[in-house]
Amino acid sequence: MTADVEARYLPLLERFRAGKRTGLARAITVVENEQRGFEAFLHEVLSVGPRAARVGVTGPPGAGKSSLLAMLAGHYREADEDVGVVAVDPTSPYSGGALLGDRIRMNDLATDPGIFIRSMATRGSLGGLATTSKEVIDLMDAFGIPRILVETVGVGQTELDVTGAADTVVVVLVPESGDGVQAMKAGLMEIADIFVVNKSDRPGADRLLKELNQAIHLRTGPGGSSTAGPAADVPAHHGVDMAAAMKRRNEERGEVKKPRRWEAPEGWTIPVLKTVAQTGEGIPELADAIVRHRAHLVESGELADRRRARLERRVRDVVQRRLRRGAERAVAGEALATTMKAIVDGSDTPYSVAGTFIRDILERETNG
Amino acid sequence: MNDERKIRVLVAKPGLDGHDRGAKVIASAFRDAGFEVIYTGLHQTPEMVVNAAVQEDVDVVAMSILSGAHMTLFPRVREMLDAEGADHILLTGGGIIPEDDMAALREKGVGRLFGPGSPTTEAIAYIRDWFEEQGERV
Repeated sequence: MTADVEARYLPLLERFRAGKRTGLARAITVVENEQRGFEAFLHEVLSVGPRAARVGVTGPPGAGKSSLLAMLAGHYREADEDVGVVAVDPTSPYSGGALLGDRIRMNDLATDPGIFIRSMATRGSLGGLATTSKEVIDLMDAFGIPRILVETVGVGQTELDVTGAADTVVVVLVPESGDGVQAMKAGLMEIADIFVVNKSDRPGADRLLKELNQAIHLRTGPGGSSTAGPAADVPAHHGVDMAAAMKRRNEERGEVKKPRRWEAPEGWTIPVLKTVAQTGEGIPELADAIVRHRAHLVESGELADRRRARLERRVRDVVQRRLRRGAERAVAGEALATTMKAIVDGSDTPYSVAGTFIRDILERETNG
Repeated sequence: MNDERKIRVLVAKPGLDGHDRGAKVIASAFRDAGFEVIYTGLHQTPEMVVNAAVQEDVDVVAMSILSGAHMTLFPRVREMLDAEGADHILLTGGGIIPEDDMAALREKGVGRLFGPGSPTTEAIAYIRDWFEEQGERV
């Protein structure tokens, strides 16, 4: 499929490679709209591989993700690092329209040439990001932006696409987010590399902080492993370090622990930080935690694992997406209706008809 | 590949006046019409408007101006858009703008402008019609 880039994209490719912001902006549109030939275009510009540090910010609606992200971006700008922002808001399932309002919180950065903000609507994707958000991040990376922040829509508990887009996932909660039992639940709470309790000047912040810390320790044993930070000497389970014990057992049996994305990496204590995004309180600490997490990812080899897992998922996603689109096209309109008579009068079955459609789809995909 | 191309519109509220009700009404109406609306809030400078329009690669910039500064702001944003190579963007808007001024702004490359009491459906139809005539941009 990786045909050559279509000739009509060549001027765009040139503008993109020359570092023109209009080139990046238009490339994003081409990819977001999945315009004909966008895959070949991506293939062409992405051949450099991932370089940028990608940080995902997720959490429930109103937790202050945009404000926090704006402060974080400002923090990086003070150090003169270019920043890319991908901010996702929901598409209405009724009208197909969307109101993308994340820039409102980022007005202080609005004319800073070192920051590139792109708002995306989910366009039917249900995982907290837009269908092509990951590709847009890749484009910013390939454009040479060293730090990329992605903000999900306000999520509930199971919109976890951000793990496929970021190296470091920051989960933002507020004192009203619930108690420790919420923190033990599956989903959102499992994907955090860093927890942030935002709006921590409100009552209940310290309680949530404490309960989050407790939940983290219940989950991973002392600080995630026996080598980790200040909590390392606290026994997790009646004096037995379960994580270390499991590791020993696996080593004795010669089993290599397969890294799973949603496990806190060994040697990383998930920090729980307090911030007040409105005033910028706690932002340097958050930036510092992100730096430490990145260093940890690099040193432990986890970064390579995560990238590989992400790429596996990407291939799977692209395959599924293309086949699904092909399927939608194949059975649209008359094509399906004309097969109905034979099925209804019993001379054919849905299964053989489906088989014919599938052969058609595959043939069309193969021949471009 | 998408059956229907989305129309992306930046709704901007430049200038110093704090009356953003009109901007919010039109932003909501555009959203309900199926547009993707980027709303940037109050007190936008022309630089902010143009920067957002370029980064977001919008098709349309719609400005709401009630302060009387329309004769300055519309041409300024038009010039800056053109200078950024974004001359394909339709610049439209609304507010308290006399008919003569509307005509004068048209001469300067500004699209149709909508005065007080214009139904939102008119602006939506105007943008849709304009968009229909545009080809796919690469």
